[in-house]
Amino acid sequence: MPDRVYLDNSATTQAARAVIDAMAPFFDVRYGNASSLHSFGREARRAVEESRESIAESLGVRAEEIVFTSGATEADNLAIVGAAVARSGGGHVIASKVEHDAVLRSAEWLRPMGFGVTLVDVDEAGRVDPEAVQGALRKDTFLVSIMAGNNEIGTLEPIAEIGRICRERGVLFHTDAVQALGKVDLPVDAVDLLAASAHKLHGPKGVGFLYVRRGTRLAPLVHGGGHERGLRSGTENVPAIVGFAAALRLALAERDEVTARMWRLRRRLIDRVLRMPGTRLNGHPENSLPHITNFSFAGIEGESLVMKLDEVGIAASTGSACSSPNLEPSHVLVAIGVPLSMAHGSLRISTGRDTTDGDIDRFLDALPRVVGELRAMSPFKVGE
Amino acid sequence: MYTEKVVEHFRHPHNMGKMKDYSAVGRVGNILCGDVMWLYIRVERDAAGREVVADVSWETFGCTAAIATSSMVSDLAKGRTLEEAIAISNRDVADQLGGLPPIKMHCSGLAADALSEAIYEYLTKEGRDIPAALQARHEHIQKDMATLEERYKVFLDRDASKGKTDEAPSCS
Repeated sequence: MPDRVYLDNSATTQAARAVIDAMAPFFDVRYGNASSLHSFGREARRAVEESRESIAESLGVRAEEIVFTSGATEADNLAIVGAAVARSGGGHVIASKVEHDAVLRSAEWLRPMGFGVTLVDVDEAGRVDPEAVQGALRKDTFLVSIMAGNNEIGTLEPIAEIGRICRERGVLFHTDAVQALGKVDLPVDAVDLLAASAHKLHGPKGVGFLYVRRGTRLAPLVHGGGHERGLRSGTENVPAIVGFAAALRLALAERDEVTARMWRLRRRLIDRVLRMPGTRLNGHPENSLPHITNFSFAGIEGESLVMKLDEVGIAASTGSACSSPNLEPSHVLVAIGVPLSMAHGSLRISTGRDTTDGDIDRFLDALPRVVGELRAMSPFKVGE
Repeated sequence: MYTEKVVEHFRHPHNMGKMKDYSAVGRVGNILCGDVMWLYIRVERDAAGREVVADVSWETFGCTAAIATSSMVSDLAKGRTLEEAIAISNRDVADQLGGLPPIKMHCSGLAADALSEAIYEYLTKEGRDIPAALQARHEHIQKDMATLEERYKVFLDRDASKGKTDEAPSCS
């Protein structure tokens, strides 16, 4: 299909050419195992450690505080389950109702092991109130996990404030920064653990990292040869690690220019879509990541909308019911109080470094027709 | 994920839209679960004096599978005698579409249920005897919908009052 428009960059992104070029030699020229003694191994080790230093430097942390993983899901699991296992005897974890499943399911997995879990509410834009976190703290709370920016609706969370509260109480603070890394300033000083992924910022799939503040007690989940300072065994994915560092350098070098464009595109999207009848913006118009914009459309269902847009070459996504086995609407949209009749009709548009005004024009041209076609099929008429 | 046949019916649905002079309508599903199907039938007598589903149309709010099954059930029912139409099962709908992903199988049930409910309403309006199997199916469908309503009551109340809730119910 020629001329497709990709507006699903919070699902994954196209790897940047510079990233692919940086990775390429590590497949067939410098392909050594970073643990080997010989020159092949030494050059792979050097590449891994230079990548670690590059990432650490951009976060303003120490290289030894970066633990490479297979992705952010593993990093979230390591942060939450690893912190729990490192303790002796139960304890209490706090997260929000709008966290990514990697955080929610990790926390829920601890329950039958005797841990307490509290999920704090969010306001109608999806923002966690730091006071609600403070109010949920218990004597045995050992970890709070609140995301930096929401993957479905883009809302930014007050992680600096929440981190300060946690530090005062001697509680670990973890943040899932998958969507925020490279897009907004991250108050890394305020967190103890931070999870990130390369493929959300034009890097390769299959690599992530967990920042682990020095002195933080974590138990490994993956056991073996003791790689990554014993926190994550398994031969380092050298090309992907190199690619992650290259992607982050690129994202930070281009950040001002790219995010300014993303904001301009987002404002256009919001302005134009909200002029259509029966639409709403899910999230906050200003307190948001620049690249994620989520709408609901009355009278239609999100998966159908994604399929219709796909027919005309536009790739977007939905957090709506039919993508989950139990048909529940997105837990994020439920948490922010979107009426269920509209929670099923959600559409997430997410831009990337290459998204142009022309791409958004294509989408805005197609949208009213596609929405009109689906509303014509629906028994729920909008604007009649 | 979807068969070509499902995608084809989704892209070019047959018999879509409200019918003006319908004999009866079957309304099934629940907007809170993301699927609602209204299926209209017009019943006429053929040359042999048998009652046939002369026309079918539908309005559906739902996913790709919900729209494709609406289209398919309308094709399957059109021109059939009432007896034949009553016998159309959700398995028939799914099979004719070349199968559905497991989590979408309930959509084929919804389409067959909508047809069954439309015929039930037609026979009731006409003051006709309801076949035992159709009566049982009607009661089953209504009970399922009532169960869902009950399960979602907390959400309906919330949507009405804009309060907050804890537990998300499941439609499965």
